[in-house]
Amino acid sequence: MSKPILATTSLAGCFGCHMSILDIDERILELIELVEFNKSPIDDIKKFTKKCDIGLIEGGCCNSENVHVLKDFRENCKILVSLGECAIMGGLPAMRNGIPIKECLEEAYLNGPTVVGNTTGIIPNDPELPMLLDKVYPCHEVVKIDYHLPGCPPRADLIWEALVALVTGDEMKMPYEVIKFD
Amino acid sequence: MKTATIKIIEKYKKDKTRLMDILIDIQSEIGYIPPHAVSQIAEELHMSEVDVEQTISFYHFFSLKPTGKYNIYLNNSAVATMMGRAEVAATFEKELGIKFGQVTADGMIGLFETSCIGMNDQEPAAIINNLIFTKLTPFRVKEIIRDIREGKRVEDMFYASYGDGKNATELIKSVVSNNIRKIGPILEKKNKPGEAIKKIIKMSPTEVIDEVKKSGIRGRGGAGFPTGLKWEFCRMAPGEKKYILCNADEGEPGTFKDRVILTELPRLLFEGMVIAGYAVGATEGILYIRYEYKYLGQYLEDILDKAREKNYLGKNIGGKKGFDFDIRIQYGAGAYVCGEESALIESAEGKRGEPRDRPPFPVEKGYLDMPTVVNNVETLCSVVKVILNGGEWYKSFGTTESTGTKLLSISGDCRYPGVYEVVWGFSVNDILDMAGATKSDVQAVQVGGPSGAIIAPNEFNRILGYEDLSTGGSLIIFGNHRDILADVVMNFTEFFIEESCGSCSTCRIVPSILKKKLEKILNARGVMQDIDDMVEWGKILRASRCGLGQTAANPILSSIKNFRHLYEEKIQKNKSFDSGFDLNAAVKESCEATGRVPYI
Repeated sequence: MSKPILATTSLAGCFGCHMSILDIDERILELIELVEFNKSPIDDIKKFTKKCDIGLIEGGCCNSENVHVLKDFRENCKILVSLGECAIMGGLPAMRNGIPIKECLEEAYLNGPTVVGNTTGIIPNDPELPMLLDKVYPCHEVVKIDYHLPGCPPRADLIWEALVALVTGDEMKMPYEVIKFD
Repeated sequence: MKTATIKIIEKYKKDKTRLMDILIDIQSEIGYIPPHAVSQIAEELHMSEVDVEQTISFYHFFSLKPTGKYNIYLNNSAVATMMGRAEVAATFEKELGIKFGQVTADGMIGLFETSCIGMNDQEPAAIINNLIFTKLTPFRVKEIIRDIREGKRVEDMFYASYGDGKNATELIKSVVSNNIRKIGPILEKKNKPGEAIKKIIKMSPTEVIDEVKKSGIRGRGGAGFPTGLKWEFCRMAPGEKKYILCNADEGEPGTFKDRVILTELPRLLFEGMVIAGYAVGATEGILYIRYEYKYLGQYLEDILDKAREKNYLGKNIGGKKGFDFDIRIQYGAGAYVCGEESALIESAEGKRGEPRDRPPFPVEKGYLDMPTVVNNVETLCSVVKVILNGGEWYKSFGTTESTGTKLLSISGDCRYPGVYEVVWGFSVNDILDMAGATKSDVQAVQVGGPSGAIIAPNEFNRILGYEDLSTGGSLIIFGNHRDILADVVMNFTEFFIEESCGSCSTCRIVPSILKKKLEKILNARGVMQDIDDMVEWGKILRASRCGLGQTAANPILSSIKNFRHLYEEKIQKNKSFDSGFDLNAAVKESCEATGRVPYI
């Protein structure tokens, strides 16, 4: 039997969740025994080259590109997992959600105290740039998400155990310490 | 302005627990609560400014920003919408050139929305400077605006005629109608005021409680706790002072029977409070009335004064030594949750109307932490009749579990909306007949207001009573042409979102999530899973602290239970998942802000 194929991406996140993946330390050697990586920053494959079994999504959707990538993942992965706070709830980027986008852009490019040299008063509008969404959306508000792994970032052990459970089909170990509040 | 604030604060003897009254007076004198008033109150009452502000921000009739000289609060209840509110609202906006939530540029007129104001039998209705304007039409709106622009006082504005009964008396002079359609032993004006007081002073307090217990009467606000038992608990609870609070907060959309009692039978109500005071050993009573009924204020104060003159209130009532009891009126300031007894107590103490954790129950630790009975208006009125005619007599009406009679507030699609006093045991069918609803044209009946249940014709044979369909008395009838989901369920859900006190995260969050789901279904983006999610997620609300929170999903849950086909008609049959996400809509705002053409 061929190995399950894994893809990962970071949308509106900080790559902290990917760092946490790397925090599985030497088990990464075990991981590459267990799975094959496809589109992912880990192996730097930019485009899906085949259908995958598992997609790990870090970050929510703050712009149109995030949405396209996420939909691409949904099409190409059997199982999608929201990895971490931002993917699950929007996280820190979602702090802008209560503020109209126009105000955010004006603060960032025109009126903010750190704005220097924008003499033309232009808000970046190059067609190459992704379009910002009216607010930051958690992934499950855009596509169907099968599992949620909470944490900021989720602990390496949690990611490891979840992946192993997904790959082996065994039930995930969820001791009280993992699910208790605070 | 500064001295005005000081005068008001001094009027209430710098008493922190009277903060509501202080704020109400400042709001009506200045039109808002200015920052200097907040600091002054904080200083004089020895509280922090945020404590003052948190009370202000809780109630929607208080404002930290200037409002108009005239403030129009248009009711947005479901029945108002059914009776043509949309046109009325549009006319207000057009005539004034402002949107809801705004004040005209000259600072003259403010236009606001407000939750049900207890006029469901005469909608659309609005409150303008504390006076009620009912049965509004676009034409009537223009007349009102014309009068306002001419600078007329609301009291002097044009009207066709005053309402029936006491509504036309000098101290009320209101266009509100009672619409009493059926009279029973409670609404009957047979007895002279004070008769029951004369009777109880010959009885011991425990005899009074026993008589009330014998009658089997249960709380008429909706929860149905046995009144005699509540009184007994309070009587037995240790405390140097005890209180009787009458709950006239009547905020459940579709309920207006207490308004009619307050208009026509206030003496009966006050007598009921005195009886309760005697029974539990309380010396002070507070009638907590929703601010929407402020137009009855002068009239009620006058009746209290007259009762004091006759010694039905005050010291040594009826000549009985040591029987002291007096009543003060406490107004709310626009918050549905204050109808919940512990929230009502908090509010009467001058705080945010957030429900308390229980136990301890109010009968042990209520108003000012003293043993307190909170009874509904109707309960207290019924008690007077129980005392006069005996518990056995009272029990001769109704059913075994539900003794006596119930005042119903009936509104919606029927010929005779209004107040009906019926003996318990009537079926919904009977009610429809009584109210002149054409049964072939009734799609649904909302029993017990939004927190109750919406039922379909196959359940119209169910019986009103604690053993079957329990109700605080509100029945709203919906004809076949009504869009139950868009006009009723959505309206009720928005009501709960608006009126949540925000204390429990369940009630603060889940109704908003459910509303989004409902919107998605109404926008034809829903799938079967959404309906199942709503049923499942709605259950979480049971974790809320008070009845309001626990029932906040009822409009959705009971309509899914009884009208599931309405939901299923609207969902996508060929899909099992649809997030409802619309990329075009999501990028619109930013493209407009940057001047870009969206490309998807």
